[in-house]
Amino acid sequence: MSEPRKAIALISGGLDSMLAAKVIMEQGVHVEGINFFTGFCVEGHTHAIRSKDRQRPKRNNALWVAEQLGIRLHIVDVIEEYKDVLLNPKHGYGQNMNPCLDCKGFMVRKAHEWIREHGFDFIITGEVVGQRPMSQRKDTMPVVARESGAGDLLLRPLCAKHLPPTLPEREGWVDRDKLYDFSGRTRKPQMALAEQFGFRDWATPAGGCCFLTDKAYSDKLVDMWQHRASRDYDLDDIMLLKVGRHLRPRPHFKLIIARDEGEGKFLEGYRKQFTSLKTVSHGGPLVLIDGEVNDDDIELAARIAARYGQGRSAPQVALEVTPPGGEPRRLEVEPLHPNDIDPAWHV
Amino acid sequence: MSETRELDARRLLCPLPVIRTQDAVEQMQPGQRLRLIATDPGVKNDIPAWCRINGHSVESIEEQGDEILITITVGET
Repeated sequence: MSEPRKAIALISGGLDSMLAAKVIMEQGVHVEGINFFTGFCVEGHTHAIRSKDRQRPKRNNALWVAEQLGIRLHIVDVIEEYKDVLLNPKHGYGQNMNPCLDCKGFMVRKAHEWIREHGFDFIITGEVVGQRPMSQRKDTMPVVARESGAGDLLLRPLCAKHLPPTLPEREGWVDRDKLYDFSGRTRKPQMALAEQFGFRDWATPAGGCCFLTDKAYSDKLVDMWQHRASRDYDLDDIMLLKVGRHLRPRPHFKLIIARDEGEGKFLEGYRKQFTSLKTVSHGGPLVLIDGEVNDDDIELAARIAARYGQGRSAPQVALEVTPPGGEPRRLEVEPLHPNDIDPAWHV
Repeated sequence: MSETRELDARRLLCPLPVIRTQDAVEQMQPGQRLRLIATDPGVKNDIPAWCRINGHSVESIEEQGDEILITITVGET
């Protein structure tokens, strides 16, 4: 008996990729999953930071899907390589800073590299024609196949009947008749297929699986780039944009103010990299200063920090100011009046 | 008993501790043990799930203050 053909399925953790993988597994193909971590994936991160989210059950949906399907999952760190996708998207951005079409092409390209290295035969995605405004349109789906280099090794089982036959179909590795013709934004066919497979639970991430589709997050990212010499970033930058209240009272520095104990704990880990402020006469949040600051800037930052603590109505609040990796010094300030906090400072 | 390798994933948020574990295990032999130290509570679910689908065993999960220590034995995969 010949070895079964082998496919790698892009697993996001949502229903469509789960169904696509299952459809191909049902045809006797050996399927393994692959999941790319760009740094902007919604999966996990903020749930682990905010206090209010720490009690919620946590699971990585891609791992969970792999377990439901009984397949292996390869999680690949693409943070560095993804920078070029985000900084120079050939097809531009979506509504926010989401380079969806370039992103999909990038992930399929990485999957194509992976199958060549690991001796797999083809790639599966859960894409559905017409489901997404940028990356899943009839005219853009061939772009992903072409620009990724995967060409006709890229099979979309949920909408294959709307697309030209791929190599796995032409070669008979999979039966095209047993693939689907889903299209558009309706979820009903997916729900029906899930029912057929006995899937009762799946993730439905509101707003998608990527922080770059989120307006508030994208605004913070653009603000960061506008106030730096270059549009580069590292993982800490990405993480810090997800945490705290961000205020930019002056162009050359901004404050990151913890909103709860969980965020305060998380920001503690960054005190060696940033000047930090902590009220000592009253309770209050940990505040990081991002930027080069002088004594006047620190005083303004301290007055803002005091405003967000329990001493906001006190005449004076004492704080500790700690330079990166340095010794704290004490500073007493009058908390800034709410009317003096310019709404435009909020990033 | 073979030496237990340590992996420091403190301050990393999931899925990074899983990725670091995956990368470390790739360099190890079946039967060897890996001790992961992490601070993201998500590892309590994610590492056992990753081990189950990849054929490795979780020997113990301990919490010490804010740190989570997970010991796994590399399986025959």
